[in-house]
Amino acid sequence: MKAAVLVFPGSNCDRDLVVAFEAAGADVTMVWHKETSLPDGIDIVGVPGGFSYGDYLRCGAIAANSPITRDLKAHAERGGYVLGICNGFQVLTETGLLPGALLRNAGLKYICKTVPLKVQTSDSIFTEGYNAGDVVGFPIAHHDGNYYADDETLAQLEGENRIAFTYEDNPNGSRGDIAGILSHNRRVLGMMPHPERAADIGHGGTDGAALFRACVGALTPA
Amino acid sequence: MTEPAITKDLIEAHGIKPDEYDRILEIIGREPTFTELGIFSAMWNEHCSYKSSKLHLRKLPTKGPQVICGPGENAGVVDIGDGQAVVFKMESHNHPSYIEPYQGAATGVGGILRDVFTMGARPIASMNALSFGEPAHHKTRQLVNGVVEGIGGYGNCFGVPCVGGEVRFDPAYNGNCLVNAFAAGLADADKIFYSAASGVGMPVVYLGAKTGRDGVGGATMASAEFDDTIEEKRPTVQVGDPFTEKRLMEATLELMQTGAVISIQDMGAAGLTCSAVEMGDKGGLGVKLHLENVPQREENMTAYEMMLSESQERMLMVLKPELEAEARAVFVKWDLDFAIVGETIPEDRFLILHNGDVKADLPLSKLSSEAPEYDRPWEPTPEATPLEDVPQIDPIDGLKALISSPNYAGKQWVYEQYDTMVMADSARTPGLGAGIVRVHGTDKLLSFTSDVTPRYVKANPVEGGKQAVAEAYRNLCATGAKPLATTDNLNFGNPEKPAIMGQFVGALDGIGQACLVLDMPIVSGNVSLYNETDGQAILPTPTIGAVGLIDHPDHVIGNEVREGHVAIVIGETEGHLGQSALLAEVFNRVEGDAPAVDLEAEKAHGEFIRANRDLITACTDLSDGGLALAAFEMAEAAGVGVQLDDDSTPFLFGEDQARYLVACNFDKAEALMVAAGSAGIPIVTVGKFTGTTMRMGASEAELDELSAIYRNSFAAAVA
Repeated sequence: MKAAVLVFPGSNCDRDLVVAFEAAGADVTMVWHKETSLPDGIDIVGVPGGFSYGDYLRCGAIAANSPITRDLKAHAERGGYVLGICNGFQVLTETGLLPGALLRNAGLKYICKTVPLKVQTSDSIFTEGYNAGDVVGFPIAHHDGNYYADDETLAQLEGENRIAFTYEDNPNGSRGDIAGILSHNRRVLGMMPHPERAADIGHGGTDGAALFRACVGALTPA
Repeated sequence: MTEPAITKDLIEAHGIKPDEYDRILEIIGREPTFTELGIFSAMWNEHCSYKSSKLHLRKLPTKGPQVICGPGENAGVVDIGDGQAVVFKMESHNHPSYIEPYQGAATGVGGILRDVFTMGARPIASMNALSFGEPAHHKTRQLVNGVVEGIGGYGNCFGVPCVGGEVRFDPAYNGNCLVNAFAAGLADADKIFYSAASGVGMPVVYLGAKTGRDGVGGATMASAEFDDTIEEKRPTVQVGDPFTEKRLMEATLELMQTGAVISIQDMGAAGLTCSAVEMGDKGGLGVKLHLENVPQREENMTAYEMMLSESQERMLMVLKPELEAEARAVFVKWDLDFAIVGETIPEDRFLILHNGDVKADLPLSKLSSEAPEYDRPWEPTPEATPLEDVPQIDPIDGLKALISSPNYAGKQWVYEQYDTMVMADSARTPGLGAGIVRVHGTDKLLSFTSDVTPRYVKANPVEGGKQAVAEAYRNLCATGAKPLATTDNLNFGNPEKPAIMGQFVGALDGIGQACLVLDMPIVSGNVSLYNETDGQAILPTPTIGAVGLIDHPDHVIGNEVREGHVAIVIGETEGHLGQSALLAEVFNRVEGDAPAVDLEAEKAHGEFIRANRDLITACTDLSDGGLALAAFEMAEAAGVGVQLDDDSTPFLFGEDQARYLVACNFDKAEALMVAAGSAGIPIVTVGKFTGTTMRMGASEAELDELSAIYRNSFAAAVA
């Protein structure tokens, strides 16, 4: 199974994501933001955390228009898989691959701590390693993680069972306690918490490892 | 553009004393130009020249088999085996942070990160030691919020985990806060980059962000006391751009791999002036600069402004000319400036040209070697007044007083604003004891701590200096780490006052003694003097940052107690309450002597802890707040109650040194007793971890109630 991790100049969780994918058995390539196309045969693209282009404008807004992002969109439109974490989630909402927007945290402060999340659906390659209703601990680390979507979109997300994770104790003001959502075809997951920071017993616990194992398992030919 | 005439006022405004100006005249044999005066002021201020401190810094122990590079470069370099090295330093950004807390603190973090990656190391950990005025002071809240947000804003974007630090409050910092930033990086021991230029006619290359007018005169500002004109000093504070710093780091590390770098130096205090002089001076060469080639972000900048700007995220490099194309390509890739701005020359000359005009022509080596050096008069700190009787207090009341003070309350509000987990190698994030970071891709881990108890240093500079190092040593040992080396960030008042200079000399004496006995040589550091406002000095605050090595994850000593664990104190308890947290917070008394530090006992007890790591499930050092506070913190972190048998105030709140609180099951406790007995180490069982309350003697409270106080008091006081 082949994964690509995008590297924007301000990405800083790119290596962490590569390590988590590799630990689960993926063959990972890092792809520089100035490239115009993804390597051939990529099954899943990881959009990592960090500050893509400094994020002095809206987080992810410039990354959404960078050269590699055009091919990321094409990949998703072809039915390819995409995992966007933290800044990656912000980029995915800015590109329109996922609905809604990430606003400044309700408390106006950056927050870094491990928080409990509830898995809302196991119906995706990302979450099939969990049972709906499981509570897992993932670190969050963001200033702009307050998920916003209008009522209609929220109803649609809920109706289509596309809410992947919710916060047990909402840290940032997200509507519907939303921590992560799936695309309409369930192949694009965007989430603010960091599963790659909880995929190793020596660092942050292992609750996130199941996400990577499930992805890699599902995309590896039997 | 005509430059201003050199007048007495202009000289004074540059912080140059009359006798120092005479020295300039003697060196160059004529009146300096305006740009030259600026260059002298940049090189000869206290911040850059260490003119008051150098004489005493030379006495510190800086060598050891583990030391690859000691003080004098951008950061210290220490061997951690397997061909790897840890590169670290701590540096202050006190004056700018008081004037403009967000940018002051942010650029403090930026500066220290640059010091580390300039040496070829990728930053892997940071810490911040902060001192603020009393919580009720009108500036404190704004400073705490601004500084913490600035540190987070810069470090989080750059992408280095913050794994430790300190935050304290005392009225002595009302007019001068302290922001001491530590960074450590990882490098291959045989690929360390230094600042000494070599080779004549080699291109001098400017890298990174463009030069603006920000921070002009910053180092000179930081070398004077504050008074009521402080608001006018805002333009001397630099503005940080962590996104550019992140790119500069990646580009610099990539550039180093091309083999194109002969020498490299970051532009920190006094910017282009200091970096160019340092590279030339260390290499025994001169430097010629053509300022019209300096990338500028503002129009019509003068030579004076360019030479003194402290714009951030910039580097200066001496390049192997045959590899220019490869080097340039790296900076094009990262969208950063790469400009050849000068060359090395054989003669001892610092020649600054701007559009063909000579703006400065100075003997380069004299700018640093002939910098003034003072043996400032100093008087020893008088012996502390003896401690009067301290009444026995209810232990829970005493503990509540401590944990409801922002000095001893939990610091979650602070460190949750920092990314403590980026790079996914933080084995222990801030909260209890030293931080631990894995050395990526190896079995090794590094422990980091930052310590000082300024009250002790004020009462007794020698013992206080020793204590700062001893506490750092204990914090490292408590994680199972072997302490390797130290960086010192020496924050004091006005050195022209003999009493302040006496504090400095005394503290350095103590630090030196401790570093020698505990085998933790000083490998880098920074001196910040003139931390005074309207004649009021800060508490003497020599912050000690220290690094230790753990060779395998199985050798880490944890800090999580479990139900039924025995609580054991290693080390002698006499109940020293002089200068204690209890005395200050409960009785509002700052009295008595600092606790004495027995360095041989420190060493023996630390070695005992490390040697018996298999018997110790959880360990923490005992420091200010004594046994009561340490036992509470351990219990609180684990959510398990604790019962201490004794209720005497000196026993619970005394701050005797060379002590650890250890927790383990009954069988291991017995084995530990035997081991201590045969090693001659004082050891005593003091109670056990159990239940849902904290009990000391007959005094008891629910752990949940105490925990709520501990977790909420910091934000309530200053957020």
